[in-house]
Amino acid sequence: MADQIPLVDYLVLGDSPHLVARECEQCGSRYFGRRNACAACFGTEFKTVRIPDEGTLETFTIVAQAAPGVPVPFVSGVVDVDGTAVRANVVNVEPSPDKVTMGMKLRLTTFPIGVDEAGVEAISFGYEPVG
Amino acid sequence: MSEDIWILGIHMTKFGKHPDKDTLDLASEAVMGALADGGVTMKDIGVMGAGNLMGGAGGIGQMLQKQVGQTGIPVYNVANACATGATALRVAAMAVKAGEVDCGLAVGVEKLAGAGLLAGGSRADDAKTWTPKGRQGAVAPLDGRVGTDTMPGVFAQIGMEYGHRYGGTSFELFARISEKNHSHSTLNPLASYQKKMSLEEIMNDVMIAYPNTRPMCSANCDGAAAAVVVSDSKLKKLSAEQRRRAVKISASILTTDPWEDACQVLPNVNTLTRNAARQAYEQASVGPEDLDLVELHDCFATAELVHYDNLMLCEEGGAVDFFNSGAPWRDGKTPVNVSGGLESKGHPISATGIANIWEVCTHLRGEGGARQIEGAKVGLAHVIGLGNACGVHILEKAA
Repeated sequence: MADQIPLVDYLVLGDSPHLVARECEQCGSRYFGRRNACAACFGTEFKTVRIPDEGTLETFTIVAQAAPGVPVPFVSGVVDVDGTAVRANVVNVEPSPDKVTMGMKLRLTTFPIGVDEAGVEAISFGYEPVG
Repeated sequence: MSEDIWILGIHMTKFGKHPDKDTLDLASEAVMGALADGGVTMKDIGVMGAGNLMGGAGGIGQMLQKQVGQTGIPVYNVANACATGATALRVAAMAVKAGEVDCGLAVGVEKLAGAGLLAGGSRADDAKTWTPKGRQGAVAPLDGRVGTDTMPGVFAQIGMEYGHRYGGTSFELFARISEKNHSHSTLNPLASYQKKMSLEEIMNDVMIAYPNTRPMCSANCDGAAAAVVVSDSKLKKLSAEQRRRAVKISASILTTDPWEDACQVLPNVNTLTRNAARQAYEQASVGPEDLDLVELHDCFATAELVHYDNLMLCEEGGAVDFFNSGAPWRDGKTPVNVSGGLESKGHPISATGIANIWEVCTHLRGEGGARQIEGAKVGLAHVIGLGNACGVHILEKAA
């Protein structure tokens, strides 16, 4: 499994794949990705925190028209994970308003999106319904 | 207390397809129309704010001056996404307010007819080797893999979030908002589309991003709008007819997002709009109940709903009831988007933030023709540029 790389640097692979956020040491605000300073309190010290795997769906859309190369339809949403909002696709569910519901319980899942010329497999993430 | 600022002249081109006119033709038409409407020439103008996002070449203001009049005045070329026009107007108004000039010009123009998805309309191919790039160390484009970059999708989530919080929304409810705006546009000869659409036609049209079907999305089109603003002391020296038709800018506000949880995950168009509205009502000393008409940023049907609430046209959480009461229809308590809105009048991005002010001014002057809101004295114009910037202007009929 050495030849894997996460789609984004806030996805940590391994035995228990999970997301990590940058948390402001001063005020606790959380962000995904590289930071220059905290937008809330202007602090510059951050620590890395693990985001739990389960959350609830706070909003979604079913995208039917997208750029060429983007498979449609797919479900785009915002997942509330214990107070931290995460932007992600909702996967392993039929992309229909009957099947995707507000407040539904979701769990992080990972899956490969392709192998590059060097033989490295990229791993993406999404959230799937629990149970 | 600084003196009042007035719109002396304002003009909007026909929105729609203009295959035989380029960006400069449309902008020139708007500028010369606004100057003529105000009874002034480029010689009177002391400052110019200009916006154009998709034209490609920089310096729209200077290129425009070369067509309509070069007098050496400063130009501020501005960009604030869909709030670009309102930003250009604010530049001119601020310069007048600051006393640097007594007369300013603002213009916004766009050629968009036939454009498809603007954001998220194309995605780069994956690289030959996965290499982390950018602020999130992404090894491949994220649109469609980690949510959507498309505007219909982003604003669908914004409307759905409101429904999740307060209840009462449905695909049909959002479609009914669009039905209203398409119905309103039948009375607006300058609208891109002037065709009434039934609820069934709207719901059965091409799905773009649930719950937004195609007619529930803003219409890409060509168009321009321009406005001439003057100080109170300058206006006093002008003719009785110019003073009669002048429209007072009772409030001119521009806001951005104060930091909140999640605002960097899904754009939060609510807080900055609410902040802008609150400041505008205070600056103008009017309340939402005083408004005779509102032009708000219905870039998608799902957006219009949340802005009823953000502009405080209803109680917090009451946007669905507000719509269901019939209030935002042209014969309702607070007519919203009697122009047809972005969904039907059209949305030539940089022009929109002045075009909505033109619509309000037209009613305040009693020049709305078949779509006139009788006796209109106070109106509000609102735009959102994603990123975000929010412009709110409150306008009042000359006493």
